[in-house]
Amino acid sequence: MLTTVALDINRIQYIAIVGDIIFLVFIAELIRHKKIKEAYAILWLFFGAVFLFLATFRSSLNFLAFSCGIAYPPAFLFLVSICSLLLILIQFSMVISSQNDKIKELCQEVALLKMGAGREHGKEENASPVEK
Amino acid sequence: MIIVPAFNEAGNIGAVIASLQAENPLWQILVVNDGSTDMTSAVAKDSGKALVVDLPCNLGIGGAVQTGFKYAVRNDYAYAVKFDGDGQHKAEEISHLLQMVIAQQADVVIGSRFLEDSKGYRSTRFRRLGIRLFEVINSLLVGQRITDNTSGFRAYNRNAIKFLAQHYPSFDYPEPEEVILLARNGFAIREVPVAMKERLHGKSSISTSLSFYYIVKVVLAVLMTAVRPRIREE
Repeated sequence: MLTTVALDINRIQYIAIVGDIIFLVFIAELIRHKKIKEAYAILWLFFGAVFLFLATFRSSLNFLAFSCGIAYPPAFLFLVSICSLLLILIQFSMVISSQNDKIKELCQEVALLKMGAGREHGKEENASPVEK
Repeated sequence: MIIVPAFNEAGNIGAVIASLQAENPLWQILVVNDGSTDMTSAVAKDSGKALVVDLPCNLGIGGAVQTGFKYAVRNDYAYAVKFDGDGQHKAEEISHLLQMVIAQQADVVIGSRFLEDSKGYRSTRFRRLGIRLFEVINSLLVGQRITDNTSGFRAYNRNAIKFLAQHYPSFDYPEPEEVILLARNGFAIREVPVAMKERLHGKSSISTSLSFYYIVKVVLAVLMTAVRPRIREE
């Protein structure tokens, strides 16, 4: 009975390690093919590494969980994954916001440049001292 | 110059330009067409009285107005008036705002529907409640009573134009945020009473279902603007 339990745990550890390595290789390949910028991949790689560590050294998971007062170690895994996903999503919001600003600037610039051609006639002679 | 932001205002923009032109033919009118899908741009150009900037995509009122400020900076205008493209502002009242800026009584003058001697259309009862809320919040934050924070009818001097060309709160519903931003950065703001008209054609950009989002977004933006450090050194 005890041995089968131990085997089960080993098996899930094995699956976790293999899965994690596949994940890390996948991310690395995306970076290599320039599908992700390095800057945005760092968080993925970091949390992949954290999970690889926890999967390999199972006792560290137990230790961390218990030292946080979590009685059921796998719950600690969920906590870590939810926190890491949250962080990554917040990073996305930041990137979206900054791109929003850049797109806005571009739109305005394009519009003003496009207008430039038609602007020649009419502007200078129309402007009164009050408006100028 | 007169900055007229317009999004799908083909039904109103012609009359707006005509009224501005009739009021003072020397004013430079700049229509900022915010990616309209109707004939707004064509109608404005056909008037022959207005310059038209066509934004390639819809940026929202903030981005459109900022485009106007950028144009004003690049062409070195000393004064700018923001005048809505939906026809609710009155061209004959521009001079009240402009005079105060020219006389250097303020950097920015807001046309208010809610001062003691204001008359005319004052929005729906429900909206007035929201406007009231902004009045309380903004007046507290600014330390000066601003009665009509959502009014888009405003006049600016050169300093304000330069500042806003760079820092305009360029997203949806920027007006209350703009008040805080300007006040925080040491611009003198005054209000003058104006009357407004109900729009003639089309719908307002803020539907009733969106007004809850509007209020939450604006309150958040206003509070954040108030706690940000000053941008402008005096």
